[in-house]
Amino acid sequence: MNYFSLFRLPEQFQVDTADLSRAYQTLAQITHPDKFATSSEREKRLAVQKNAQVNDGYQVLKTPILRAEHILELRGVELKHEQQTMQDTGFLMQQMEWRESLEEIQSTKNEDALLDMDGEIKSQIKNHLSLLEAELTKQNAESDKVAAEEVRKLKFMYKLRDEIELIEDALSDI
Amino acid sequence: MAYSEKVIDHYENPRNVGGFDKNDPNIATGMVGAPACGDVMKLQLKVGENGIIEDAKFKTYGCGSAIASSSLVTEWVKGKSIDEATSIKNTDIAEELALPPVKIHCSILAEDAIKAAVEDYKSKQSS
Repeated sequence: MNYFSLFRLPEQFQVDTADLSRAYQTLAQITHPDKFATSSEREKRLAVQKNAQVNDGYQVLKTPILRAEHILELRGVELKHEQQTMQDTGFLMQQMEWRESLEEIQSTKNEDALLDMDGEIKSQIKNHLSLLEAELTKQNAESDKVAAEEVRKLKFMYKLRDEIELIEDALSDI
Repeated sequence: MAYSEKVIDHYENPRNVGGFDKNDPNIATGMVGAPACGDVMKLQLKVGENGIIEDAKFKTYGCGSAIASSSLVTEWVKGKSIDEATSIKNTDIAEELALPPVKIHCSILAEDAIKAAVEDYKSKQSS
């Protein structure tokens, strides 16, 4: 399934969010199960399937990392998140350090340090995303490989961001 | 998801948590990460003159299964030669801990951590 074709959008990392949500609204409307109340069982089933596809596609296209993964899949690049471990020692050491500081921040309830880290991680995510975009735009096998590595790195960065948010919530509840 | 008793035991009483000085020539360090869940694992082996692993330590940021897999591995590698250690397979780890299919990647991570540590040791020895 090519979600870009389904939404009639150009197959690229840069997505016009206004175009995307317009296309989504149209597609969601024409595949809405209510429209098929008087149709045959088969048509109803198809509409439900199509509607689910439209919703999945919308999630994928609006979420940068999922969009990048989709583009790579369409180009035949397998990401194999489950089997392939990351071995970039420098990157992982940095991850380890961040996790350690986060633990420290959590136990000392240091909100200023948490805010600093939040900013740092968000700016790192931005850097990874722009690198990802640049690599995906080149459209060759070598840069697709680098893009896949960026996707993998982003997974770790998002995990950190989520953990920071959890701690932020916990601290603001006190 | 239900964890097996062995996973819970390792999770609640992790063996050999900590680390050694990574610049020590007799210390082998393996750093690996699982993109699927963002888990990060550091496994360090202290290798004696005879190539036998005398001690092992780990630090893992991840789910219970990832912590249990690395904790178990530190117990298993002790007393083994570095080559014997690389023969530990993720399937052995998964079987011992009764990991469900969705957690198999945690055992793969632990197997790859051993391999990465052994590679680090070999490159240290040859330099």
